[in-house]
Amino acid sequence: MFRKRPPPEEERRVRANDREYNEKFQYASNCIVTSKYNIITFLPVNLFEQFQEVANTYFLFLLILQLIPQISSLSWFTTIVPLALVLSITAVKDATDDYFRHKSDNQVNNRQSQVLIRGSLQNEKWMNVRVGDIIKLENNQFVAADVLLLFSSEPHGLCYIETAELDGETNMKVRQSVSVTSEPGDPNNLASFDGEVVCEPPNNKLDRFCGTLYWRDKKYTLTNQNMLLRGCVLRNTEACYGLVIFAGPDTKLMQNSGRTKFKRTSIDRLMNTLVLWIFGFLVCMGVILAVGNAVWEREVGSLFQSYLPWDPPVDNFLFSAFLSFWSYVIILNTVVPISLYVSVEVIRLGHSYFINWDQQMFCSQCNTAAAARTTTLNEELGQVEYIFSDKTGTLTQNIMSFNKCSINGQTYGEVADPLGPQPKKLDFTPFNPLADPGFCFYDDTLLESVKVGDSHTHEFFRLLSLCHTVMSEEKSEGELVYKAQSPDEGALVAAARNFGFMFCSRTPGTITIREMGQPVTYTLLAILDFNNIRKRMSVIVRNPEGRIRLYCKGADTVLLERLHPCNQELMNITSDHLNEYAADGLRTLALAYRDLTEDEWEAWAESHRCAGKATSCREDRLAATYDQIEQDMMLLGATAIEDKLQEGVPETIAILSLANIKIWVLTGDKQETAVNIGYSCKMLTDDMTEVFIISGHTVQSVRQELRRARERMIELSRTRDGGKEEGTGGWSEACFMGNGVREGQGRDVAGGVKQLQCSPPPPSNLTDNISGEFALVINGHSLAHALEADMETEFVSTACACKAVICCRVTPLQKAQVVELIKKHKKAVTLAIGDGANDVGMIKSAHIGVGISGQEGIQAALASDYSFSQFRFLQRLLLVHGRWSYLRMCRFLCYFFYKNFAFTMVHFWFGFFCGFSAQTVYDQYFITLYNIVYTSLPVLAMGIFDQDVPDHRSLEYPKLYEPGQLNLLFNKREFFICIAQGIYTSVVLFFVPYTVLSDATQSTGVPLADHQTFAMTTATALVIVVSVQIALGTGFWTVINHVCVWGSLGSYFTIMFALHSQTLFRIFPSQFHFVGSAQSTLLQPVVWLTIALATAICIVPVLAVRFLKLALRPRLSDTVRYTQLVRQKKRKAVSRSAGGGWRSAGSVSEGRLGTRGGSRRSGYAFAHQEGFGELITSGKNMRLSSLALATFASRHSSSWIDTLRRKKHTHTHTPPSTSEECSSAPSCVSGSVPPLSNSSSILGGSQDTPIEEDVGTASAQNTQTVPTSSAQTQPALAPDSEATAPQDSALALSTGIFTSPAVRYHGGDSPGGWTVSLGTVQEALFGWKGIAVHTNASNSPGAPSVAKETSQLE
Amino acid sequence: MMASSYNAKDEDGNITVSGPGGGALRSKKPENTAFKQQRLPAWQPILTAGTVLPAFFGIGLFFIPIGIGLYVTSNNIKELEIDYTGSDMSSPCFNCSQSFSWNSTKPCTCTIPFHLDQPYDSNVFMYYGLSNFYQNHRRYVKSRDDSQLNGDSGSLMKPSKECEPYAYFEKKPIAPCGAIANSMFNDTLELFYNNPNGTKVKIPLTSTGIAWWTDKHVKFRNPGGSNPNFTAVFQGTAKPVNWRRPVYELDSDPENNGFINEDFIVWMRTAALPTFRKLYRIIQKKDDLLPTLPRGSYTLEVVYNYPVRSFEGRKRMILSTISWMGGKNPFLGIAYITVGSVCFFLGVILLIIHHKYGNRSNSADISS
Repeated sequence: MFRKRPPPEEERRVRANDREYNEKFQYASNCIVTSKYNIITFLPVNLFEQFQEVANTYFLFLLILQLIPQISSLSWFTTIVPLALVLSITAVKDATDDYFRHKSDNQVNNRQSQVLIRGSLQNEKWMNVRVGDIIKLENNQFVAADVLLLFSSEPHGLCYIETAELDGETNMKVRQSVSVTSEPGDPNNLASFDGEVVCEPPNNKLDRFCGTLYWRDKKYTLTNQNMLLRGCVLRNTEACYGLVIFAGPDTKLMQNSGRTKFKRTSIDRLMNTLVLWIFGFLVCMGVILAVGNAVWEREVGSLFQSYLPWDPPVDNFLFSAFLSFWSYVIILNTVVPISLYVSVEVIRLGHSYFINWDQQMFCSQCNTAAAARTTTLNEELGQVEYIFSDKTGTLTQNIMSFNKCSINGQTYGEVADPLGPQPKKLDFTPFNPLADPGFCFYDDTLLESVKVGDSHTHEFFRLLSLCHTVMSEEKSEGELVYKAQSPDEGALVAAARNFGFMFCSRTPGTITIREMGQPVTYTLLAILDFNNIRKRMSVIVRNPEGRIRLYCKGADTVLLERLHPCNQELMNITSDHLNEYAADGLRTLALAYRDLTEDEWEAWAESHRCAGKATSCREDRLAATYDQIEQDMMLLGATAIEDKLQEGVPETIAILSLANIKIWVLTGDKQETAVNIGYSCKMLTDDMTEVFIISGHTVQSVRQELRRARERMIELSRTRDGGKEEGTGGWSEACFMGNGVREGQGRDVAGGVKQLQCSPPPPSNLTDNISGEFALVINGHSLAHALEADMETEFVSTACACKAVICCRVTPLQKAQVVELIKKHKKAVTLAIGDGANDVGMIKSAHIGVGISGQEGIQAALASDYSFSQFRFLQRLLLVHGRWSYLRMCRFLCYFFYKNFAFTMVHFWFGFFCGFSAQTVYDQYFITLYNIVYTSLPVLAMGIFDQDVPDHRSLEYPKLYEPGQLNLLFNKREFFICIAQGIYTSVVLFFVPYTVLSDATQSTGVPLADHQTFAMTTATALVIVVSVQIALGTGFWTVINHVCVWGSLGSYFTIMFALHSQTLFRIFPSQFHFVGSAQSTLLQPVVWLTIALATAICIVPVLAVRFLKLALRPRLSDTVRYTQLVRQKKRKAVSRSAGGGWRSAGSVSEGRLGTRGGSRRSGYAFAHQEGFGELITSGKNMRLSSLALATFASRHSSSWIDTLRRKKHTHTHTPPSTSEECSSAPSCVSGSVPPLSNSSSILGGSQDTPIEEDVGTASAQNTQTVPTSSAQTQPALAPDSEATAPQDSALALSTGIFTSPAVRYHGGDSPGGWTVSLGTVQEALFGWKGIAVHTNASNSPGAPSVAKETSQLE
Repeated sequence: MMASSYNAKDEDGNITVSGPGGGALRSKKPENTAFKQQRLPAWQPILTAGTVLPAFFGIGLFFIPIGIGLYVTSNNIKELEIDYTGSDMSSPCFNCSQSFSWNSTKPCTCTIPFHLDQPYDSNVFMYYGLSNFYQNHRRYVKSRDDSQLNGDSGSLMKPSKECEPYAYFEKKPIAPCGAIANSMFNDTLELFYNNPNGTKVKIPLTSTGIAWWTDKHVKFRNPGGSNPNFTAVFQGTAKPVNWRRPVYELDSDPENNGFINEDFIVWMRTAALPTFRKLYRIIQKKDDLLPTLPRGSYTLEVVYNYPVRSFEGRKRMILSTISWMGGKNPFLGIAYITVGSVCFFLGVILLIIHHKYGNRSNSADISS
């Protein structure tokens, strides 16, 4: 730690196997130290750090002032006790943090690795690995340092790594050793390897490395391709050897984990400003009192000298005034109490724990609870206005499922009747023992068609099993795992596998598949690889019979142009299907084939070879040849893949946007994909007035497009507003319908709301007077222009007027820039959520960064402030925890400033009566303890536990979130109100005792106006008044609040009596001047009458004002207005469901869909990279084992299949997780789900029938179906699920109809309980409000009462 | 420490957790306790008309009677105040106040006649009052040594530094030290009843029982314990500068002499405000039938020792009877009546407002 750092490296020289040589350079060892202190350095270093805080230094300064007798108006302990308390609390926290860092350091440093020392492998701890060592790495091991790959057990010196920890990408990456070092083929030779590496000094660029290897007088260039970085995991590689280049703190991983930017909340900033103001105020008061002191000493004090002479050093009034200024600074410093910062920290810590403890943000699938990684931002969660979300892995699961297909004009996979019973998931096992049980499909006609041997169907799946770049791998014996470049491809190949066309293995020249159980080997003639321009890929294969056929799949827009004219009719039908699929938000692909004659093939192969050899414009020429043969194809059909959204995404987005939070999606995906997802997660809806697409390539065009968009918005909103007046008729109608539902519920409460809701809709006051819902889609290249300095405002003003903004094809840097842009221009709180390494930038630059700790590694989670595993938890984090945190923090601050002003300002008033001499009113012990004992706990309890509305309410009424965004609860105005109230209280607390006591006497005739009685009276009144205030301020009285409030009051009296007791006085006669005051004062009726009077005068106005506020301007008016909004939505929902559910909503607004169809269709969304075809045909990435797999098909026996299947079950998937994977199909999961979708769809679909009936029948159905289905699908869980089944079915009712929070509330516990298909979510969303009363009932008392409720309804 | 945010444990975060195969994984599911899930049972009070309005009326109904009671009680208390500062030419004490020096040995006496219109029943309390006297000044308040006053012999000879500049006089420790003791009120007040037949009857004044019990018995103790030989006990100490006599000559009664002299104790209990009164004597009721102080004319004889004119102070003598709630205190009663009426009034106004605009708040409550 204290070792002198060597000068910065110019370059790094490392010689293999030569420790002496490398020693010279003093490279950092592989030992990492993230801890800050050790036992000896802890105290000084920690104290030094703490006194860097301004507040702490300030209090230290006060302490020093107090040691000067002429100034000291208070004993030194009044400051040192709180200061010591604060310092020690912080120190303990730091110490525990550091202890855990020490522990994890040790754990990592002591990991074992194998080092090649003098020709033999020795086990060494990680921390003892040196630069220049050659270490051996085995499969699935972490790489211990940044090493240069020398040798790999795999052919061609290749090795595979997973870099999830490093950059967040889960796909495997290939690294290759320098050919010359892998040549020996024998790791033992490496012991004598003495090459020298000269390379760049340590840096944090993960994707770059440049160096040179000097060996045997030859130079070899080294690139990042040769490096294995610390933090990677070795995969699919038996073993490899590497030369350590960078170790410990020099590794790229460590270089990247620099000190994160310290984030402050806006409340923090406001608090700091206010504290500064208070300091100013303090100085003002000090000056006023000092001037008073000067005047007094001159006018009165000088005459009074016969009784009170001036101190010898203070011989004139000016000097006295100067000293009195400082004395008053000491006395009045309690307006900024030292405990403020500590209390704020404690409260935030408490809130963070509540986030960590929240079961409803726990994901049972991945066994991760939500984690607040920073404890300083909680209240800002209640103020978010903009959410920037990543798409892949955040909104979507990045899992593709083969959902529908159209073969030869026949569509499959369509769920025939959305209102009917949910179809059963197809069971493939009897037909195809090799089927992947995780695959879900619902249409058995397709399976029938395969079984009867329909040639089109067969050809369709043959294409899917042949035309791809998937690699197969035999994990253990017989267990086949596909390694797909993109999940889309994987889904297609897996689908083919289940329908009897199983891709087994490939070699550079062949593809082996099993067609209906028969192994067939095709000769692979060519792969016409995918690229972004072509938007298609083809393979040319020769089947065993020798016929050559080209199979092509690609974006329909591209492919349909290349069909043979005879396909016209089929194309029309398929095109319709494609439109349908796209409308459902599915990703579509069209499939086609073409038969080639031998001659055609020969001719084309020749031209292909030529093109391949061409030196110039090779790409173009290849593309041209590809283009040439992909003509006149025969259409086979189309596939539709569902990019599965994460659970609860659409309704989370809906709720968040109801909370007036603007959601921007920033994705690296293409425009089509992004728009598709936008539709499927309901960010974009067909109800939107217009969706603008900005895709200009030049500054001018982008500017023009933006301007046009804005003009159009203004124009449209003007016409909309005009049309509104005419639309009131329809409005009241909607009200009527809504009330119909309500009254059907038989709830008299609803009647009360009714009238209110039928008042005309509130005038829309969207930003910039733009009403109507608009969305903006902007492309990465346009965004680059839009982010230029002169375009910024243009972009921001347009984008912020839109309800939804989607930025596609953006780079990680642009993501961060967009966030910064909004931060800069909008002064709004931003939140960025993402899961991958590419989101780290925006996560760090946003006010709040949220990381999804999901599939894509933990890089994002590490950089984030909050992490959890599901996007849907965001609504709970913001609307529940954030809102509460904000509310609590605001109430806390208001009260805290209030109580300290009430406490301190009494001294100010007293100053006018004590000759401005800085005499305190209270006992010094009272001053010491007031903030840390008598009033700390109640306000802490309120700050930690207070709730204004229960959690499910704030999810039901997202509008409740708005006060936070507008910063209504604590701002400068509120602050001044608090201060004014505090000053008012202090005036009352001083002048009431003053007037009462000045002439009053005890009942024994002894006057009460002595200083100690006055102090006791005022102090007691103060404690009582602030306790009553906190009691009024607390909205949620838990046991803890009671204990704190009553306990504080009790402790005040106990401590007072103790401090004023004779016992203590006898021990320290000169320390306890107040002996006996408590007893003789608090026994006087006059004193209590005074206290009661002061309390009443303080509290009555507050009570009156609060009551008036509640009566005249209720804050819950937001809530009321909100219910109205829901009615409006409901009307839409009604018109939708009349059209047969939301899916066919497109047909309602046909005209508009048509114009937009292009963008939504052909979501040919291969997250694909070019070049894998080449890798395959060259055979470079083929492993021997996978080549051997070619013979796999002929090797099986029935018993082998059994073992395979058993393995699959026990090893890779446990049954519940299996069923989780196909959550798009509710019926296959658990009993709770089918009734859920039933009831809701009934509700949505038939508006005219009375609700009770529907609900009743649905519930009757449910209770019957539930136990059986759960027993069938989940034998393992049967006891468990049966136990929960009745509860679930009852719940299904409430959840289906009412609100999704309820679904999560209970369903979260049972696996799969949370599986709401999009349709149901949509309907649930629009339907829930109607029966909001129920949710209350169903949530609070738990399941039994819900069941009761149901029966009542029946 | 460049990598402070890096936590080495994160490095292998996923390896241990992920992998659905590990069925025996410890679930990290948070405990389902009411505390952790923030579902503690709680009382959630709301300020509704049903609670606030009764509270207002309650306060009103509670305060007004109390106020009336207080006011009546206070009015029944008889109090007489005589300013004898002597700043006026006409005042009998004018001469005394003019010719003053701390060291004068000849006491200056002035007599002030006054008349009681009503007889004073029960015990009558006699106070002296000072105005513009800053007993609450910080330097004044701290200028005492409580351990000396508590009889600590060490402190007796070595007074605390707080007593400066009244800690030592001519190298001898001052007992009692400090500015408070030094400035002790030393006027002597005596009361005479002027019999209608022309004789002056001296009214007996009790000088004990005027201090707090704890002060007399706990806080103040003479050094040397119960040693009655004060001269020996206080040997080697000096009297306070302004005093005429040493502390052990304040009274002849050994139980009321030295530090436990009640006049001294009363003075040492500093007042909170610059205008204050202190109990001086009690006129005990002797006879159940006769009033303690019958109607008639009286004479107050003042031995004028205490100068206040230099700082424009005032001196008063107060005679007062007392009730259960102490002396005359009309403010308290008036304040109670006022606050009570205001509450009542507010209650009415709020009731009207609630009645008029109540619908809105009503429905808001429901929809919440």
